[in-house]
Amino acid sequence: MLTIDSLNAEVEDKAILKGLSLEVKPGEVHAIMGPNGAGKSTLGHVLSGREGYEVTGGRVDFHGKDLLDLETEERAREGLFLAFQYPVEIPGVSNMEFLKAAVDAVREHRGLEALDAVNFMKKAREACKAVNLKQDFLKRGVNEGFSGGEKKRNEIMQMMLLEPSLAILDETDSGLDIDALQVVADGVNALRSPERSFIVVTHYQRLLNYIEPDYVHVLADGRIVKSGDKSLALELEEKGYAWLEDEVNG
Amino acid sequence: MSDFVAATQALTIAEDWLTPLRERGRSCWQAWSLPTRKTEAWKYTSLSSVLKPDYRFDVSAPSNDVDAQWKIDDLDANVMVFVDGVFSARLSELDERELSVCRFSEADATQQALIESELNAHIDLEQQGFAALNTQTLGEGVLVHVAAAAQPDKALHIVWVSSSPEQATYCSARVLVVVESGAQAQVIEHYVGSPSAEVLTNSVTELVLRDNARLTYYRLHEEAGAANHIGGVHAVLGRAAHLDSFFLTFGSDLKRLDIVVHHRGEGGESYINGVYLPREKQHIDVHTSIEHAVPHCNSNETFRGIVADSARAVFNGRIHIHRDAQKTEAYLSNKNLLTSNKAEVDTKPELEIYADDVRCAHGATVAQLDKEAVHYLKTRGVSQEEALVMLSFGFINELFTDLSIPAVGNYARPKLAALFARESDLTRHLL
Repeated sequence: MLTIDSLNAEVEDKAILKGLSLEVKPGEVHAIMGPNGAGKSTLGHVLSGREGYEVTGGRVDFHGKDLLDLETEERAREGLFLAFQYPVEIPGVSNMEFLKAAVDAVREHRGLEALDAVNFMKKAREACKAVNLKQDFLKRGVNEGFSGGEKKRNEIMQMMLLEPSLAILDETDSGLDIDALQVVADGVNALRSPERSFIVVTHYQRLLNYIEPDYVHVLADGRIVKSGDKSLALELEEKGYAWLEDEVNG
Repeated sequence: MSDFVAATQALTIAEDWLTPLRERGRSCWQAWSLPTRKTEAWKYTSLSSVLKPDYRFDVSAPSNDVDAQWKIDDLDANVMVFVDGVFSARLSELDERELSVCRFSEADATQQALIESELNAHIDLEQQGFAALNTQTLGEGVLVHVAAAAQPDKALHIVWVSSSPEQATYCSARVLVVVESGAQAQVIEHYVGSPSAEVLTNSVTELVLRDNARLTYYRLHEEAGAANHIGGVHAVLGRAAHLDSFFLTFGSDLKRLDIVVHHRGEGGESYINGVYLPREKQHIDVHTSIEHAVPHCNSNETFRGIVADSARAVFNGRIHIHRDAQKTEAYLSNKNLLTSNKAEVDTKPELEIYADDVRCAHGATVAQLDKEAVHYLKTRGVSQEEALVMLSFGFINELFTDLSIPAVGNYARPKLAALFARESDLTRHLL
């Protein structure tokens, strides 16, 4: 599904990713952990094609296509979804208008018939309910005045409607209380399937109690320095990241 | 421009009960010096392209050659339509029993007395040259007089249409709204034109709100092409009066709007909101002035503009808090979006505060579309083009979501969406 091979990327002429490699197969959940400044969020931004993040080396294959060659919107239509750490507010455009535009674009690309207004509304209401947001959030401006937790739940709602084959959650757990964390995890778990994969980027092990990963990777200084199963996350929680850096450098 | 003045000087003054008013208008107009680039209030707006000598001034019969739409769906309203300044009974839909509205030409003695006492009562004709010219050329006008404590069932929709005459036409439009104590009214003033109309409209609207009166006044400028406009809106609020006003201005070659709100009674509240949307080589100049003469009044002003292509917008927002106007709260926000490198906006808040116990905030911004928001939309599969349309629309639509007459918002939305999208496909998610 996704093969990242020796990815190098810069932000403002500063190298952030330094030879990152990762293989994600259909149905797998990969957790990426690491200290602040390791490049965790940069990975999501580079994969989504954000301006200002320059790829200086390596390649990324997504469903047999060169991902880095695609425009941001084409990546999304091909099945890549990024749940933002800081979702953007768009006042004046209702959540419903925004979701319909997104779903239509993605369905059209995938050769699916556009949902009519009634069917779309039904799906949107279901998704809204699933993430425990009141229905009037569909009418409000995109993320406008939403609390941190509401924004994150809105990201999960979008993911549910867009049905991506690969979802990257960029520190979706940051700033969430336990209840919101549960809602986010339930949303992810409900979508888990043999065809759909997840990359869960997080600073804390806590989220992984709710979303059980198949693999845990440690990202430090722009590359993956250690991989293991979920027990690695517990070990990190216990010992912190410093021991690992020592181990790698030593 | 001097030819234009000469042409207006040659006009004969119509003879009827309004003649003394017209005479005064003429003398003030003739004494007035036309603004130049050195005139601060006209610094960014040159009149040389619109003050031409060859206008037709003497429109007397309504033209039937009207190629414009103005119907607002789901608006329960009396509709008065004027074509090139001349009333068209055929195009109007006016309930005969509606007593609060009349044309100046059909005013009875009481209404005439009201017009004579209120018209220009709050306008300094010696300073406001175009209001003076409007008064000199006063033809037909509309009086809306809402009796004390009355609440008319219907809104009034006044439509000023420019036809497509063979010769460029000068029109004056005049509206006087007097809402008596405790009364309520809704007035929508609407300017539309045939796309090929070449016209200069000189409009003056006066809104008089007595104590405890409430008025909703919406003004829509849809004239395009060479349908140009110089207009003034002058509102006076009595004690605890409430004005809710909104100004939607699409571009034409030149539009200039002066909005003046006088708070003359304590406890008054005014909302002065609007959007302006020039594109191509269009020019829109909005000058607002809020006069707080008495204590305990609130004014809230929000204007937004999207300036596209090589268009230009000018916004000047003045707040004047007089020495006695303690406990005033006055807010002004002006945000502008430039969608092209050649677009230009000149925005200036102007505060004059002589009272010491007031709350006053103002802000003006000029920006381009938020790149982060564009990226966010694209990560959801939305194309770059559609993202730009959605964000432009959203920037403006924010001000439409709270309109107290939702029918006006519903009328305007498709027009706004269409303005930002060259392909209708890009607006399909916004309607």
